[in-house]
Amino acid sequence: MFNHNTTFLLASLVMRDFKIRYRNMSLGVFWSLLNPLVMMAVLTFVFTRIFPNPSTPTVHVSILSGLVVFNFFSLCWSSGTTSLLQNASLVKKVPLPRVLIPISTVLANTIHFLIQIALLVLLVLVSGYPITRHWIWLPYVFAMELVFVCGLCLATSALDVYFRDVRYIVESTNTLMFWLIPVVYSFSMIPERFHFLYWYNPVAAVVIACRYILLDAVSPPPETILKLTLVSVAFLAAGYACFRRLSHRFADYL
Amino acid sequence: MARIEFKSVSKSFSRQSRTFFWQFLRDILYGRPANSIDVLGNVSFSIGRGESVGVIGPNGAGKSTLLSLVAGLTVPDSGSVHVEGRVSALMELGAGFHPDLTGRENLRINAALLGFTPSEIDEATPRIIDFSGLGDFIDEPLRTYSTGMNMRLGFSVAVHGRPDILLIDEVLAVGDQEFQGKCFDRLDTIRETGTILLCVSHMPQLLARLCGRVIWIESGRLLGDGPAAEVLTAYRDRPMAEVGQAQ
Repeated sequence: MFNHNTTFLLASLVMRDFKIRYRNMSLGVFWSLLNPLVMMAVLTFVFTRIFPNPSTPTVHVSILSGLVVFNFFSLCWSSGTTSLLQNASLVKKVPLPRVLIPISTVLANTIHFLIQIALLVLLVLVSGYPITRHWIWLPYVFAMELVFVCGLCLATSALDVYFRDVRYIVESTNTLMFWLIPVVYSFSMIPERFHFLYWYNPVAAVVIACRYILLDAVSPPPETILKLTLVSVAFLAAGYACFRRLSHRFADYL
Repeated sequence: MARIEFKSVSKSFSRQSRTFFWQFLRDILYGRPANSIDVLGNVSFSIGRGESVGVIGPNGAGKSTLLSLVAGLTVPDSGSVHVEGRVSALMELGAGFHPDLTGRENLRINAALLGFTPSEIDEATPRIIDFSGLGDFIDEPLRTYSTGMNMRLGFSVAVHGRPDILLIDEVLAVGDQEFQGKCFDRLDTIRETGTILLCVSHMPQLLARLCGRVIWIESGRLLGDGPAAEVLTAYRDRPMAEVGQAQ
């Protein structure tokens, strides 16, 4: 029954989201850059002047890499979760594949994220780190983060239709997540017995992988890549199955 | 081949305005909400190519639910809904419209949502703009439009698609007399190409103008199905139900 040209529809929805966001801002894309820079400055101040951390000479680059990855995750997850309710009229009145709604919201945020990635790369280069062949892993780890967050959003957006409390759970989890991924500390500072928590958390794994690639100029360990891939793909599959199961009655509950 | 077929379709909604976890589990596991209201009960009919069918009934009769079922927006509790062909659902005008985007941008998104392909959009855009009569306003943001202009744009997009089945829910009473006449003429043209037209309204005169056949639904039951003139007369002459009884 869903005979739309799905890719075209997805692209239209993503562009719509993106245009709406920047249409009435005189500074436009600048806002995408300002927020992480301000956060980076504040956190760098705290973790060099108040809690000195001798593990790396370029704390600010390390913090920004964590921030960019975390911001992308938290923004996608919270906006993706509420996307079906935000677009209730589309869900109720327009026959389109409903998965496109959370996915297009996540993808619109991805454009936003690419701008922040550019900022990160710029800062890395300005700080004197070289471009190496290991950088080819960057698109891969970011793609895995995208896969992971899409899976999460499919599940939470579908659940949010039935229980509106889900968005608050997501927000709280996001706050926790900030401390559970190595944004303001480095992986080497974590006691060994907690390492598994980080390897199986795709967002943490992406941060760690990014630092290997950008700051240490090495490829991420194959084990990291493997776990990141497996967990992300598993989340996408589970999220999609959950969404499929729950989507039949969306129109009745919105 | 365009075809719509309903076989003993029943549909109910949950009475509860709030969902609790256990109730949700029951709904999902049993596929039918507990403590529910029947919206459609045992409705059967079939519609073939080129037919123009109206659905009449008072508010709350289950007309829009019927259309939602055809569009695949919701699923029946029991019975089967069989739809063949490309469906364009006009459940509300201007799906996906956003006030900050220009008329042209909204036109493209709305058309994509109605199932236009990219080449169909490019090809139809000039005709849509011409039909809407918006002229240079098309490149202004939608928030500068009046309600009437907004509806004109929404309607113009909707009637320029090439669906096999066009569903129209109470959105026909738009614009001034002249624009409305233009819309009706356009719908006649669409029907002549073999498209099924399924219109929902509580206004008999509107359906009499557009449809050859009318289905009468009240309190979720099929009370009549036949030539428009006959069914509409029966509908007009029915004993008046009290408000709320239809629920």
